[in-house]
Amino acid sequence: MTDQPSSPLNDSAFLQDLRNQMLKFARLQLKDEHQAEDVVQEALAGALRNAEAFARRSALRTWVFAILKHKIADSLRGQYRQAAVFDDSACNIGEDGDDQLFDERGHWQADERPQHWSTPQSLVHNRQFWAVFDACLNRLPAAQARVFMMREFLELESAEICAAAEVSTSNLNVLLYRARLQLRECLENHWFAEPQGKSR
Amino acid sequence: MMNCREATRLMSEARDRRLNLMEKASLKVHLWMCSGCRNFDGQMDSLRDLMRMYAHEDDTVDSGKPDDRSSGVEK
Repeated sequence: MTDQPSSPLNDSAFLQDLRNQMLKFARLQLKDEHQAEDVVQEALAGALRNAEAFARRSALRTWVFAILKHKIADSLRGQYRQAAVFDDSACNIGEDGDDQLFDERGHWQADERPQHWSTPQSLVHNRQFWAVFDACLNRLPAAQARVFMMREFLELESAEICAAAEVSTSNLNVLLYRARLQLRECLENHWFAEPQGKSR
Repeated sequence: MMNCREATRLMSEARDRRLNLMEKASLKVHLWMCSGCRNFDGQMDSLRDLMRMYAHEDDTVDSGKPDDRSSGVEK
């Protein structure tokens, strides 16, 4: 191992921070804390074995997360094969949750009608925004969060998610719909409709 | 006539599968008339973009860097 001061590997604060971010991702997708720790450990160890090539932190981080994605996907596939049934709450998809959003004819309640979001792309470096985003993601019910992350973070196709999570296509559609509905509402209420969100 | 609940569900599904012609047509008509749902449609795109940024947060939540916000706006 080279001991250049610039190597991100010598920066324990950076590594700790990286590990925390990885854990955060893993926990959203795996219900078991130990399992989350395990995949992060494996991904980090695997990545660091060859990490000397990565002088830039962002390059290392991107690479480590790419490995983590695969570890989580593998772990999920194994988990669902073992469990054979998806979490109970996944099947429990009544009409709860959006009753406050729509009126009895299925139209937006006046105060729930989606607003225009100004330039979300400009938020990429805004730490406050990502804290809100994190909080909103963490608020999703576990079953919704899992399939949402499989779809939007791991970027798996619906068919793959149905197979891995053992849900029907229609259940998956409902879970993803509810996750998106809730996430957009949370972001709108806590960011885009707030003064700091509106001002950008 | 399609309502907002149905329209939003279709807009979500459109991100996971190809809608058929009938669905596309009814959605289009609804969006024409409903600004709330038009905003929702844009937000679905934003959500996907934001998730991509979140997943590849190279420098988004970089450590150790002081916050460059200088506006003094508190949450």
